[in-house]
Amino acid sequence: MSFDPSRDYPLGTSRPDLISTLGGIPLDELELHDDRVVAAELRATPETLRLQAEVARAAGRPQLANNLLRAAELAPLPDETVLAVYTALRPRRSTAADLEALAAQLEGRQAPETAAFVREAAQVYAERGLLAG
Amino acid sequence: MPAERRSERFAARKQRELRRELLIEPLAELGLVAMNGPNDPEPSLVVEQGRVVELDGRRETDWDALDHFVVRYGLDLEVAREAAALGDAEIARMLVDVDVARGQLVRLSRGLTPARLARVIAMLDPVELMFALKKLRARRAPANQAHVTNLKENPALLGADAAEAAARGFAEIETTVGVSRYAPLNAIAILVGSQTGRPGVLTQCAVEERLNLRLAIQGLVTYAETLSVYGTEPVFVDGDDTPWSKAFLASAYASRGVKVRFTSGGGSEALMGESEGKSMLYLEARCLSVVRAAGSQGVQNGSISCVALVLAVPGGTREILAENVLAAWLDLEVASGNDAISSHSAIRKTAKLMGQFLPGTDFVTSGYSAMPRYDNMFGGGNYDSDDLDEWLTIQRDWQVDAGIEPLNEPSALAVRERGARAIQAVFDAFGFPEITEEEVRLATTCTDSRDLPDRDRAADVIAADRVLVEGISALDIARVLEARGFGDVAAAVFGMQRQRVAGDYLQTSAIVTPDGTVVSAVNDGNAYTGPGTGYRLEGERWERLQQLPYAIDARLLGAAQGATGTVEELGVALPGERPDEVVIAVGPAFGAALSETINGLGHHDVLAELVEGVCEQGAAPRIVRVKRSSDVAFIGHDGARLSGSGISVGLQSKGTALIHRADLEPLDNLELFGMAPSLTLESYRQIGRNAAGYALGRAVAPVPTVMDNFARAKLIVRTTLLHARETAEVERGAPPVELALADAPVGV
Repeated sequence: MSFDPSRDYPLGTSRPDLISTLGGIPLDELELHDDRVVAAELRATPETLRLQAEVARAAGRPQLANNLLRAAELAPLPDETVLAVYTALRPRRSTAADLEALAAQLEGRQAPETAAFVREAAQVYAERGLLAG
Repeated sequence: MPAERRSERFAARKQRELRRELLIEPLAELGLVAMNGPNDPEPSLVVEQGRVVELDGRRETDWDALDHFVVRYGLDLEVAREAAALGDAEIARMLVDVDVARGQLVRLSRGLTPARLARVIAMLDPVELMFALKKLRARRAPANQAHVTNLKENPALLGADAAEAAARGFAEIETTVGVSRYAPLNAIAILVGSQTGRPGVLTQCAVEERLNLRLAIQGLVTYAETLSVYGTEPVFVDGDDTPWSKAFLASAYASRGVKVRFTSGGGSEALMGESEGKSMLYLEARCLSVVRAAGSQGVQNGSISCVALVLAVPGGTREILAENVLAAWLDLEVASGNDAISSHSAIRKTAKLMGQFLPGTDFVTSGYSAMPRYDNMFGGGNYDSDDLDEWLTIQRDWQVDAGIEPLNEPSALAVRERGARAIQAVFDAFGFPEITEEEVRLATTCTDSRDLPDRDRAADVIAADRVLVEGISALDIARVLEARGFGDVAAAVFGMQRQRVAGDYLQTSAIVTPDGTVVSAVNDGNAYTGPGTGYRLEGERWERLQQLPYAIDARLLGAAQGATGTVEELGVALPGERPDEVVIAVGPAFGAALSETINGLGHHDVLAELVEGVCEQGAAPRIVRVKRSSDVAFIGHDGARLSGSGISVGLQSKGTALIHRADLEPLDNLELFGMAPSLTLESYRQIGRNAAGYALGRAVAPVPTVMDNFARAKLIVRTTLLHARETAEVERGAPPVELALADAPVGV
């Protein structure tokens, strides 16, 4: 069951045993006629995104890996939350306090990488006049 | 210079398509300079105690958001130290050195600042850029992307066009909307259509981010390339984004299982008035540094929608290619533009295209219009369905794979109809407004959406709203397709949902093969290291790309043309005695193995005209066949030597003729009619008259001939085949034979 990110790609064909839906159906058992299958679960789980991040890192793509790690953190969050964070990061939408609150909230939801990313944005926004108000 | 003195040639050139465009001199202060601009910064990278304090001439306190972003996420300081020891020229040489591996160059790029990247890449000339691109492309094999839209947003036509595009091998298909509420229906139409044509095609609907994410969550799209970045902070902010918001958005898409590539491209900053006086290539180097720092797997670049602006300045085409090379060097998937109309001039447009077409990029175009330009709603259609035969032929000419496969008419009609029927079934199953049989029929066969009836747009929009409100998903669509007898399409749509679960297509340069295997830079990377390595168009794929529906089997050309009854062979031809005699000497296959000229004139008719022309002038025609040669000079000369007057007409089966005289050298002649395709029956009659005139010692005005400079291009294959057939009939050393023309006119 050990995972070798430099050999086990594509996961879907090489290591389906490591992949399941959000609802827990293993990739190999995923079947159109199966009544258990619902639309909401048909996307990568945070665990799968972390495996893909490992693949990217092993392939020498650290920034892509970090992007996929942030994606793994965002995967469990509701759409509205995700869109709210996006809006908050747009120019002059948020005060420093808003962004700090957002970062703290993300930390509380097991999204430390994304939280750090928001804090780094806040620092630069302050310097560049990209904060609200 | 007197005002009235004008050149007609200048006037004619002014009317050419090219001259609708404005070409300008560089204007650096407005950013209208391709590369190496006078205001571009000197590259620099100053590190103090492990921290970058200066980037490209700017101290930390002066950095804008892009500088901060690149320094925080985009530079590898260890590599930067190594890069500092290398000269610009040294790095430039490494880019074109087959012995320096791609991986080594990608690593090196991680230590280079934007100004340094721009400066090094600008050292390469066009051919070096192409070579570097071939070497640096991320995925082993090139691919292509299609645009599918229509002005009526007719779902049957979207489905049919997507199906055909997929069947032609496009790996990605993008649609967009005129009215944004249509987005769910358009996304469904190209999803279902594309999976009908070929399983595994990735699809996207270019709409506003929130809506796009919604479509992604419902499984209706699988990729997005709407994330624009710009090379200056003011333009970035005018676009209502920052590098952080864009990077966050990329993660958001990935978290919903969507493949993402960013979009950038030269000229956009100048167009938006905030270039800060920098060159296009330098600003693009900044964009690409941001794109990589953000963790995007790829980019759509090469000046995209501003292409015509970049082409207005000197070196524009080269700058665009340099952008693509830079992106590949930064290890990004490249969808290399060629989608927006770059020029009115077909020559200029294609000259630009070759930069990407020949080396091959991950997506040679970021949107080949699968339908006529009229229906392209991206404001594009640089290349469209009308150009497909040219594209395919150029692939065949160069033996280059630019990502489009030939498809014959019956197959295209079949796949189009099936795509339209599949979407018809989906609409019916969900109770959406009916797609009629007439719409299916016309979607299959039409030119563009003008041929289709108008739909009830209000009703369609209500259906589109239902998709969002009820959360109708790709899974639901797969299930109704299955129930309606489209089992294979259902399986393919469901297969894309399986891909979403596995997430393999989130890796760099990923596409999906029809059997569901993801092919990307990770498992099928470009390992070109010189001739014989990397991706080469050969074997089965080359066979496939050669099989153009309009290419023919040469053995079939001119076959079954054999004639009987045109002429009758009477025995060996002897020299004639009559001083008014004109010999008409024909080639070995004339009226026998071949029956008509290249112009489609029957041999019998041609001969009859010649005979009548000779008779009209009071001379005596005699027909012989020269068997020892298929060369018109020798046919004619042999005839002249048999002629009592010394005058002959030599005539090849393909129709080429001359008038010869016995005392001339064989390769000389009195008149030559080499333009057989432009000869008519009247021409042959006039040739007969002239030959008679020479025989009777009269003053003769040469037969006027028509020049057709395209005749050779058009007919050289046919000429070769006809001549080969004639040559096959040659009997070395055989004597000439006397012929009689069947149903000969009176007097012969």
